[in-house]
Amino acid sequence: MLLVTLTALYVVFANGLGVFWPQPIYEITLADGSKLLGEWREEEIDPLSGRQRIKFYCANMEDMPPFRWIYADEIVHQEQPTEVLKLDRAANLHYIGYLKEIRLSSRPRNQNAASADPADDVPEETTPSGPEQLAWAIRWAKRWEAAEVAPWRQQENQLAQQLNDQIKYALIEARYQLQQLLRAGRSQSDPACQALTDRIAQLTQEENRLKAEAHQLAARRAEQETKLRHNVAVFLDVQGREKQIPLVDIVRSSRPNAMSLPAKCQFYLAKWWELLTDPPREANQDGGIFPAILGTVLLVFLMAIVAFPLGVLAGVYLGEYARDNLLVRWVRVAVNNLAGIPSIVYGIFGLGFFIYLCGGTLDSWFYPARVEAREPVFGQPCILWAALTLGLLTLPVVIVSTEEALRQIPREIREGSYALGATKLQTLLRVLLPMASPGVMTGFILAMARAVGEVAPLMITGAVKSAPLPITAQFPFIRLDRQFMHLGYHILDISCKSPNVEATKGLVYVTTLLLLAVVLVLTSTAIWLRNRMRKRYYVRAI
Amino acid sequence: MSERYETTWLGGKARPLARSELAAANPSGKSVGKDGSPAAGELSASMGRSNSPDPRPTAATGEPRSLVAGAIAHRCELQTEADLANPIVRIRDLNLYYGPVQALVAITMDIPRRLVTALIGPSGCGKSTLLRCLNRMNDLIDAVRTTGVIELDGQNILDPTLDVIALRRRVGMVFQKPMPFPKSIYENVAYGLRLAGIRQRAALDEIVERSLRRAGLWEEVKDRLHESALGLSGGQHQRLCIARAIAVQPEIILMDEPCSALDPRSTTRIEDLIAELRGEYTIVIVTHNMQQAARVSDYTGFLYEGRLIEFGRTTQIFTKPEKKETEDYITGRFG
Repeated sequence: MLLVTLTALYVVFANGLGVFWPQPIYEITLADGSKLLGEWREEEIDPLSGRQRIKFYCANMEDMPPFRWIYADEIVHQEQPTEVLKLDRAANLHYIGYLKEIRLSSRPRNQNAASADPADDVPEETTPSGPEQLAWAIRWAKRWEAAEVAPWRQQENQLAQQLNDQIKYALIEARYQLQQLLRAGRSQSDPACQALTDRIAQLTQEENRLKAEAHQLAARRAEQETKLRHNVAVFLDVQGREKQIPLVDIVRSSRPNAMSLPAKCQFYLAKWWELLTDPPREANQDGGIFPAILGTVLLVFLMAIVAFPLGVLAGVYLGEYARDNLLVRWVRVAVNNLAGIPSIVYGIFGLGFFIYLCGGTLDSWFYPARVEAREPVFGQPCILWAALTLGLLTLPVVIVSTEEALRQIPREIREGSYALGATKLQTLLRVLLPMASPGVMTGFILAMARAVGEVAPLMITGAVKSAPLPITAQFPFIRLDRQFMHLGYHILDISCKSPNVEATKGLVYVTTLLLLAVVLVLTSTAIWLRNRMRKRYYVRAI
Repeated sequence: MSERYETTWLGGKARPLARSELAAANPSGKSVGKDGSPAAGELSASMGRSNSPDPRPTAATGEPRSLVAGAIAHRCELQTEADLANPIVRIRDLNLYYGPVQALVAITMDIPRRLVTALIGPSGCGKSTLLRCLNRMNDLIDAVRTTGVIELDGQNILDPTLDVIALRRRVGMVFQKPMPFPKSIYENVAYGLRLAGIRQRAALDEIVERSLRRAGLWEEVKDRLHESALGLSGGQHQRLCIARAIAVQPEIILMDEPCSALDPRSTTRIEDLIAELRGEYTIVIVTHNMQQAARVSDYTGFLYEGRLIEFGRTTQIFTKPEKKETEDYITGRFG
């Protein structure tokens, strides 16, 4: 068991920790004279020919296949040119090539945004093509984007939200009310119907106005963006083909072959930081996984809030209050068996019971209009139901461990408390629960560890490939009716459902590493808590 | 002269006795009894000295006695009478069943006020069960059924409507295994007080100190009152449990083999403590150790197979037991 655990940890760590370390880039000349530029990924013996072959990552996926197998004996010459560049792009992943020149077509209109940089005075049009200039140009383009494009985009988003929150749902509501009135036999000319019809007309008008505004905004943003995208860096690949890449599309540029060790470390840490704090890019193939981490942690917390009190209460009832009759015995059997049910069954149960039954009922009580318009609020997979499903899954463990912990308390402790004139509740709250708390925590740790890693039930009840954060800046702060991203599901997604499985391989290991880290952090917090309790309430056997 | 103090042995017949019946059983009790003793005293005296219903000859009756011995016996008798004139607990015809099994059979006895009463007997004879009846600890066990009367200062504590919590505050208990709560020493002693609703810090401090002093533990723990009680030794644990029990100012302290888990030195300390507490509290102690019973108690009851075989002054039980079972037991022939 230990061996298996250690092997698994070794595989994850060995593969995961190295993913972001900058790899040297080789320029390879093959026997047929063709040249390749890229990273050395792995080597193996070709099972067909028996020759050694190398998997080579050439990037530039819009121009050529990004991965190539090369026979080792075909390599005539190889070198590591220092000036070769590797770019992280906003589209099409990486680019590997040589910088030719930077073409700036225009200056930012808002001088304040860029004038802070002394390097601002570089000549327009074509500039010298050094790496420093490239770095400066990228920063400059980002600032320009922040100053000129981002505000438009923000307005656009606000408008879209307004359209959604204020107009769309109001329309749905009004239409539904009208429909109800008509169904009830009122005629169109009825004053109530008239009022609603007027309101619908008004809302539609407002909607059209906002939509037009949004179009306008989009057009202006696009205009700015096009302007910005005229500022490009020109690169040459190893075959000498020219490639223009808009500066804004370059997320990060590096020269792995020229990097010193501190620079490599800095790069490495920057990549990790991006991973931990940024949302994903390019269909989860690159960028960060912050929403997934947040979703996982939030889910586990919600689950804990649901499962922990319920489980402890049930355990206390079974252990302290329930009489030993047939019903209680059946309940115990059921609880013990629940722990062994496959998790996907819980998922299906969650779908049927929570989403369709509970969610559907809630919606039909509070949001009948939304149901009619097929836009359910709670009658759809979301983080609330996923948390409840997980809670159900972990409940048996908490119940059993609570009961067990209570049972292990010596009889003398109870009697001692009763003999001093304590009621059952007082004894429970003042003596028994504190003493049982380490045991309860143990069960809770087990439950949590299981919940963090569970994916199957979540796929059915709310985890998705990509979703906005379930946390908002406006009032309820937490949107329980939203779908969410989850580390476990993210691993599944990038390893099996990604458009470019080979390219995301590294990320799979990294995400796995992070999932393990989240499990570790959550459980070690719980273990630390338990040890503190145990120290405090440890009863020596006499 | 041959009168001795013993219980009415009903021979296992669970027959409820009316008070009048008890009083009528031996009218001669009045003639020897103290003048002007209250009705309750008369009752117990008449019960106690019922020599006539017991037809069996005893070892003591046949023996010639010296005058001095007779005088001592007489004084002893008067003392007994005085002790039992106003008993704190009267048990009348107590029967207890664990499901179908009868564990106590027709127990009738009085427990003298502010003295130490020991219950002895072989394992499984019902001593602990009897003890646990006195503060209704048996309520915690399912399927226990009790009949009869236990009066604590005239109030029947077996009454189902009685406030058990209040009863347990009046009748404290110390258990065989000293098991302090996993709290600080201070909190252990203050536990019962907090339950009783005392919150003032000064009052708590005072009672905790007084109780710990009373239990002879204060000097040892005064510097670490707020450390965990689990760090103390076994003997200290038991004294802490006694301090915990006396903190709530009970009238009776029940001790269920308080020394059986302790080493001899701790045992001595507990016994000394019992001697100190005598006179202030009524103590009922269950013990397996007959030397202990002889050392610490004023009165001793011998139980065998759920029956109270004999009850009387400790000196008498251990020197001149009336019943053969008692003699066999204390001389170690069985049990």
